[in-house]
Amino acid sequence: MKKYTVKTETLAECKFVADDMILTKDIPTTAGSKMLDGYVSLFEADVLTRLFDKGYGLAGKTNVGEFNFDLVGETSYNGAMVEDGIIKNATASAVKDGEADFAITLDVNGTNRRATAQSGLVSVKPTYGTVSRFGTIPVACSGETVSIVATNADKCKEVLSVIAGHDDKDGTSLPQKEIDKIKEEKELKKVVVLKSMLKGINSEVSEKIANVCEILRKNGVEVTEIDDSVIALSNKAWNVLMSAELCNNVSRYDGVKYGYRAQNFVGIDGLYTNSRTEAFGLLIKSAILFGSETLSTSNYMKVYDKCLRMRRVIVEEFAKMFASYDAVLMPTCSTFAYTQESVQKDMYMPFTENFYTAPASITGLPAVVVDGVQFVGNAFSENSLLSLAKVIEKEGK
Amino acid sequence: MKYETVIGLEVHVELATKSKIFCSCSAHSYGADPNSHVCPACCGMPGMLPVVNKRVVDYGMKAGMMLNCHINRTTTFDKKSYYYPDLPAAYQTTQWFAPVAVNGLVEIETSKGKKSVRIKQIHMEEDAGKLVHDIREDTTHVDFNRTSVPLIEIVSQPDLSSAEEVEAYLDRLKNLLRFAKVAECEMAHGTMRCDVNLSVRPEGSDKLGVRTEMKNMNSIEAIKRAIEYETARHIDALEHNTEVLVQETRRWDDIKGKSFAMRSKETAGDYRYFPDPNVMPVVIDDEWFDAIQSSLPEFPEVKRERYINEIGLSEYDADQLVKSIAICECFEDAYAVCGSAKDSANWLLSECMNILNARQMTYDMLDIDGKALGKLIKLVSDGKVGRANGKKILADMFDNRDIEPESYAKENGYIVSNDTSLIEKVAKEAIASNPRAVNDFKSGKEKAIMALFGACMKQLKGNCDPNTLKEILVDQINKI
Repeated sequence: MKKYTVKTETLAECKFVADDMILTKDIPTTAGSKMLDGYVSLFEADVLTRLFDKGYGLAGKTNVGEFNFDLVGETSYNGAMVEDGIIKNATASAVKDGEADFAITLDVNGTNRRATAQSGLVSVKPTYGTVSRFGTIPVACSGETVSIVATNADKCKEVLSVIAGHDDKDGTSLPQKEIDKIKEEKELKKVVVLKSMLKGINSEVSEKIANVCEILRKNGVEVTEIDDSVIALSNKAWNVLMSAELCNNVSRYDGVKYGYRAQNFVGIDGLYTNSRTEAFGLLIKSAILFGSETLSTSNYMKVYDKCLRMRRVIVEEFAKMFASYDAVLMPTCSTFAYTQESVQKDMYMPFTENFYTAPASITGLPAVVVDGVQFVGNAFSENSLLSLAKVIEKEGK
Repeated sequence: MKYETVIGLEVHVELATKSKIFCSCSAHSYGADPNSHVCPACCGMPGMLPVVNKRVVDYGMKAGMMLNCHINRTTTFDKKSYYYPDLPAAYQTTQWFAPVAVNGLVEIETSKGKKSVRIKQIHMEEDAGKLVHDIREDTTHVDFNRTSVPLIEIVSQPDLSSAEEVEAYLDRLKNLLRFAKVAECEMAHGTMRCDVNLSVRPEGSDKLGVRTEMKNMNSIEAIKRAIEYETARHIDALEHNTEVLVQETRRWDDIKGKSFAMRSKETAGDYRYFPDPNVMPVVIDDEWFDAIQSSLPEFPEVKRERYINEIGLSEYDADQLVKSIAICECFEDAYAVCGSAKDSANWLLSECMNILNARQMTYDMLDIDGKALGKLIKLVSDGKVGRANGKKILADMFDNRDIEPESYAKENGYIVSNDTSLIEKVAKEAIASNPRAVNDFKSGKEKAIMALFGACMKQLKGNCDPNTLKEILVDQINKI
């Protein structure tokens, strides 16, 4: 049970924690994996440099599930946080417990959004390309985004204004002119609820959605419920893309250059095989096998290429949606608590629970989690979404 | 039965950009200390992201245009995964789905005449590092200096049919890419490497035989020997059933003069290519395309025609000059200064070549200032510096690019003297000490005067107009 991988001292007025996917100089970054036990990066993440420059202080590195790929942190090599049989997320707990004013995390597979929903916090996953990924452990590069978890929407907005910006060191970083569109805030008046995205949620989550809809209507926001079958396919495609990219990205951890190295091996292939066999956890191993298979010559066109096409179709579907509505309301998770028992029974839950988080991951659209629910908006609408979140924050709970 | 060999080449060429393809490390580490030209990016450390070096795309496009390719106006980078200790991220960023250039055509000429070789594609990619084996300690070390140095791979269609054609094709690639100044293409330096795909079929058949691939050939001689060996092995297998040919990768052992199976198609790795999400598609707009197109050099053939038709060189001289852009540029600079195309060509093709040969350098390694050469040629043709002294100055110019011929000639006493009284004095001395040559000359052996001429030239350190000296010698002998 470990909340921090490294606890640091800071005199700064505003303190934050960074999850262990964000590279720091001088102190280790493990990505929750035995593979990177004790690994110290030669450089720090661009997002940290921006925060330090503005006087924010790092209070510590928080524990993550292996490569932030799991539900809420249950697969960490450093040990998961469990309270009364419920799995807790280290990063969200640090904010919830008041040890930091906010947290910086890498949203790979929705972990921090689920954790935010389950801790009653507010988080923003900004538009892909607005916050530099330089200095973050790469996992699913085409969709992962540096995100913010805080106790309220205003804090998210404040931090976003610091970390969003063009970075020459990241080839996917958008031009500043594009990123500046975040500042053009507008009032969101039409929210759409997708029936297909309500599948699988328990009564508690269902009540939350209903409650939020009520608050919205009370505040003059038009809420419409529609049928849509495309967006609900997101995680089917995202699981393939994300696993393939993970497989490729973690292939650099081979025991040769840094990180974990097996003690006993014969030959270079033995070094690779033993190091990786001994250091990766089961979920990561499964994803490596799955991802590798989808990229094989015989499957590429049948599987991977199809998923890239699905991504395009989903992006277009959202674009259609935003022609009539300002934001999409959907759940963040099926339940507000994952028991240790349920996770042990089904280790592949990260591939099914991401049903709710994958739409924003695969499209790179901004997502704001507040009061347990999630709003997905058009590109660069994160400030508008956060203002909406502020309304719910006041009246919710 | 008669057989024909069918050969396709995959040629890797290192692009001559200053920095590497995705980071700002220097791409030139030939001879440098191991791992002295590396950063976290080219060492594949987590968290570094690739940023495309625009110059690499410039050069890739330029290479494509030189080989008459169609340029893909949207070109993308892809990841190719495999494990090897010289590949730090365990993937190579290359181009698989939309390479920068496709469908090219290259003309070659052999003893059998002209032939067109089709280019399938040219793609840009990063090089891998190097493994250095330490025999004493029985350990292997990794050097990442070469990691991420930009390469293009030029893939030909199977249009070649002999070692001679392969050599002509490689020479042609080198010539064109050097003209465009995008690559050095020196096999000995590893800036050009070659994989040979070879199969054999009955003459006239349009069906391809079983193909084998020989990897990383690094000298033209080795390539020629390997092609001959493989052709014979394939024919032997077909004629005498000595073995069953399989599609495989083979290693050429140049010392043993044999090829050995490395891996068959069945056991070949699956590279699991997919688009690199960290590198955005490169879109080549009209402005960029036009800028590269207008920066293309005059092609060798065009130069050759111009040299013959406009400045009156012989076909032979023109052919020799256009073999190398270094020689052409030097020639054009020299000609502009001295005004004589014939003299400029002569000095380059005989005197400069002699020096290069003596120093075991190739003509591409010529590195003298063409304008200075022009000045030197003019000094000699104006009779201000003797030809022998001119050659001495030229040799010194190979060592020091900054030499200004005229002042250098003055400083070193290479200026022809017009002092006839001095020449007369030297001539008299030579005549006095060579009575036999004088007698021979007088008795009609005109060549005998050369002994006297040589002695005088030596005495005058070559600083004398040969015609003046000859006149004075004859004059003095006649006075006796």
